[in-house]
Amino acid sequence: MAPPTSPRADLGPPAPRDAGDDAAGLGRGRAAAFVAPALVLIAVFLVFPALWTLYLGTTDYRLTGIAASDPKFVGADNYGDVLGDGDFHRSLWLTLQFVVGSAVLGQTVLGFAIAWVMRDRRGLLRRLVEGLVLLAWILPGSVIAFLWIALLDRDGGTLNALLGTPGTAWLLDHPMACIVVFNIWRGTAFSMMLYGAAIGNVPPSHLETARLAGASTWQTLRDAVLPRIRGHVLTSLLLVSLWTFNDFTPFLITAGGPDGRSEIMSVYVYRTALGDGRLGFGAAISLIMILINLVIALLYLRALRDRSRKAAVA
Amino acid sequence: MGYSGRDFSTRRIGAAAALVMAGAALAGCGDGGSSTDPNRGKDAKSYSLTITRNAIEGGKNTEEAEWITRTVIPGFVAAQKAKGVTAKVTFRGQGVDDESYKTKLALDLKSRSGADIMDVDGIWVGEFAQAGYLRPLPEVVGAPADAWDGWPTIPGTVQKLAMFEERRYGIPPATDGRVLFCNKRLFARAGLPDGWQPKTWQDIIAAGRALRRLPSVTPIQLNAGTAMGEATSMQGVLPMLAGAGAEIYTGGTWTGGGQAVKQVLGLYAQIYGPEGLGDPKLQQEAKGRDKSFEEFAAGKIGILAEGDYFWRDVLNPKTGVAKMKTRDQDVGYALIPAVAPGKGVRGQSYVSMSGGAVTVMNPNTKYPQQAFELLAFMNSAEMTKARTAGTPELTSRTDVNKEILAGDPFLTFVSEKVLPVTSYRPGLAVYPEVSTALQEATASVVAGKSPAQAAAEYAKKLEGIVGGAANVTPR
Repeated sequence: MAPPTSPRADLGPPAPRDAGDDAAGLGRGRAAAFVAPALVLIAVFLVFPALWTLYLGTTDYRLTGIAASDPKFVGADNYGDVLGDGDFHRSLWLTLQFVVGSAVLGQTVLGFAIAWVMRDRRGLLRRLVEGLVLLAWILPGSVIAFLWIALLDRDGGTLNALLGTPGTAWLLDHPMACIVVFNIWRGTAFSMMLYGAAIGNVPPSHLETARLAGASTWQTLRDAVLPRIRGHVLTSLLLVSLWTFNDFTPFLITAGGPDGRSEIMSVYVYRTALGDGRLGFGAAISLIMILINLVIALLYLRALRDRSRKAAVA
Repeated sequence: MGYSGRDFSTRRIGAAAALVMAGAALAGCGDGGSSTDPNRGKDAKSYSLTITRNAIEGGKNTEEAEWITRTVIPGFVAAQKAKGVTAKVTFRGQGVDDESYKTKLALDLKSRSGADIMDVDGIWVGEFAQAGYLRPLPEVVGAPADAWDGWPTIPGTVQKLAMFEERRYGIPPATDGRVLFCNKRLFARAGLPDGWQPKTWQDIIAAGRALRRLPSVTPIQLNAGTAMGEATSMQGVLPMLAGAGAEIYTGGTWTGGGQAVKQVLGLYAQIYGPEGLGDPKLQQEAKGRDKSFEEFAAGKIGILAEGDYFWRDVLNPKTGVAKMKTRDQDVGYALIPAVAPGKGVRGQSYVSMSGGAVTVMNPNTKYPQQAFELLAFMNSAEMTKARTAGTPELTSRTDVNKEILAGDPFLTFVSEKVLPVTSYRPGLAVYPEVSTALQEATASVVAGKSPAQAAAEYAKKLEGIVGGAANVTPR
């Protein structure tokens, strides 16, 4: 369409306004028909369930008993109860530790470190490391949960045998630390691959220049690599923090215990909604979880937009 | 990229919500006219039925699973064939925690699916009935339900297990009783008497102190905490509460954090406190109860409070989940004493708790008459005898008990000494939550809280559960 010989001319002020009006030249009606299927899907599978959750959260609906056959409208009671529930506060705090510890710090830092160390390597070592990290990511959750229980078990666990500390109940004494380490191990592969690709996009000449200028590793990372991959960092952080926030696998290892000391948000919902059978209350928590998810996503999106705006200005 | 990330996670929650919603929508659908007719599918020449219970071959309650697949199903199919009807009966075994099993059943019934015949714990009958998941037998099958020839052989107290608001919902195959098991070999090493029978709680503590001197032996296992679920209530809090002279629910009110509850929690504090008479960690572990079974079978636990199930299905040298070859020689049993003679509930000196499963019918079955026929067949004298042939147990049928218990000193002990002093749990929908509150109280004592503080927290929680202080009496 645009003459390939003069790309700069297209970036003049009039062009974007034209594109904004009707970039594809479909016209309003056909454009609406084009996006209608997607909007219907979003409405059916996203908006309606969210609204339904909002509604369920205003009832005393339960799995068994009278309230299962004849739920009553209780207004905002559930929402008030959730926000005032000590278990909810504990769960929120544990989830924060879980997300920051395992996703934001653990997976991101470790994933980046592996990608950085492996950037110039070829051959067996690289394939071995990547293979092992990937294996942790692609194995089914129930399988690795068994492996981790066998590793950390109090009687005859592998870790106790290795360290010579028989009888140390890792899962009981340090439940949060266990699931944080577990999730770092489990999810590092994603960050590693993403950063691996991102580092590959840093022009070798920049790294070469930095090296010739005598920059330390830290200076190279800060001034040559990071500005190039900031978008990838934000994307990766967004994805892994949302995944981790909603992750249910730790339940398979600690079941939220002992005494709720590893009861992160998804486990808390499961316990109240299906364990205790309080479906209405569980729906109220779920809606609050949706809102927290949206807030996290909005923060990251804003950061991304600020960045691209700055890039455009520059 | 970033945008799709948000999409993805919200959709995941949305999908979960959609599942809950689908369940709700199904539950909300009205009764289809024909699905409540007791005679639907009555004349089918060929039909299939499914049985489920928390039993699986080679695992949990393996004997029951084997009994169903090898005796009940072939027997029933043959009997139907003789009538010219082709019956296909499938057993869907489960081998999970009771709480997970209950959740699964509730979800099955809510979505109007699930097995035609299922086993539920007696205390679930009330809440399942209130939810509309189960319906009284006469409503589901009509006249044959009350005309069953087995009813006269089941004592009224045992029938109550399967009843809610004076109506029958199923047939209870058996009942049970709770005792203190002890390892005689450890007792001998600790210098304790052979026919040990404690008369007070202090006798138990004293035995525990003697056992503590043995290396790598946990003196006492009294179930505590929430990880053990109902086992904590049934084998721990409730019998002890009865021993302190209180029942959890009497005269229309629930028992709050009074003297009796404090005494019970005090006993927990003594066992799991600094003296080290119990293993607090075991009470918190996800598989703690199973582990306590293994430890007892391996001779590492001195005294353990359990139901007769422990003798029959856990330690059983042939079919148990934690086999103990020397069970008959090395394991002793004693009545659970009241805090002091005459101080127990109803002025008793010894106490117990009883419960049991109930075999119920799924009201949504396509073949109510055939399903009831199968249910009655499973509980016939012949089948009951076959079920208990390997390991006798306290069946609900008095005619069968007379025959099978004669050669079994332990079950005769339970039948003659324990059942007369036993108590039952209230079959009310709110009971499981009260039970959880009791479990949480023991958990906090095991974790180091004072009994008085734990009792106060329990009382506060209880008021929230049962609808206000008016329904609570401190006892």
